[in-house]
Amino acid sequence: MSTGNTFLVLSAFLASGVEFVEALTIVLAAGLARGWRSSLAGLGVATLVLAVVVVALGPALTVIPLQGLRLVVGGLLLVFGLQWLRKAILRASGYKALHDEDAIFARELADAQGAAHLERAGVDWYGFTLSFKGVLLEGLEVVFIVLTFGSAQGSIPLAAAGAVAALVLVAGVGIAVRAPLARVPENSMKFAVGVMLTTFGIFWSVEGAGADWPGSDAALLGVLGFVALLSFVFVRLLRRERLEAVPA
Amino acid sequence: MSRLRSFGHFWWDFVIGDDWLVAVLVAAAIGATAMLAAAGVAAWWLLPLAVLFILWLSLRRAIRSA
Repeated sequence: MSTGNTFLVLSAFLASGVEFVEALTIVLAAGLARGWRSSLAGLGVATLVLAVVVVALGPALTVIPLQGLRLVVGGLLLVFGLQWLRKAILRASGYKALHDEDAIFARELADAQGAAHLERAGVDWYGFTLSFKGVLLEGLEVVFIVLTFGSAQGSIPLAAAGAVAALVLVAGVGIAVRAPLARVPENSMKFAVGVMLTTFGIFWSVEGAGADWPGSDAALLGVLGFVALLSFVFVRLLRRERLEAVPA
Repeated sequence: MSRLRSFGHFWWDFVIGDDWLVAVLVAAAIGATAMLAAAGVAAWWLLPLAVLFILWLSLRRAIRSA
């Protein structure tokens, strides 16, 4: 497998995994507080909507000329990736609270338990919409990543394979433990995803703009190293700055 | 109309996020890369350098507004 394709599968796996962990937390909270029937119905309907989005957009993306696609997708991924990276650096340097799946689960559970009961079409409406919205919003990020990564690299199926592997893993562990996956190193994964999104964004934007990378696809490794180094240096600088600002 | 607005708001928030300046500067950097490439100058180095600057600027803005 080429460098680009290896990164493609790995990036889709990591990015999707993070989103699936977050979706699982919401589905579990809805299921435990409002009943599994409504939670699973929300999960099922959201999955159908996501499938329609993939079927509608996937083939359309494959007919766009590759250079134009890489320019647009690269630009979008770069802006999107810099968002992830900024949040990850702020978390790692202590300027932003760490993402805590246990705390999110407790909050969602308390909200769901306190909401009024309203039944529509045989399901608890609150549980259904909570699960539906959670899966749809997290799932849209997965669809966005799989379609953009896959189309720009020329292989949507490879990106989808990475996402499906993450889904199988997260769903399997979720069914086994029936608890939020708090032990997943989610903050580190989000950092890695931010680095990878930004790396792909830079790589494809440059190609889409008509410039050539020295070393062609192998330059991806150089860009990855540059973005990772840059991020770690920024974390160190900001962490030191924050500690110096705290009065002794 | 409000559904259309919330749909647009969702995508704006999803892609652009809370710092619109990042999107503007990224677009400008890609445009500059395209111009250099069209002029036959090696332009691959420009975007990584721009990212260094944009990310640092965005981090400073986020810390200031916190």
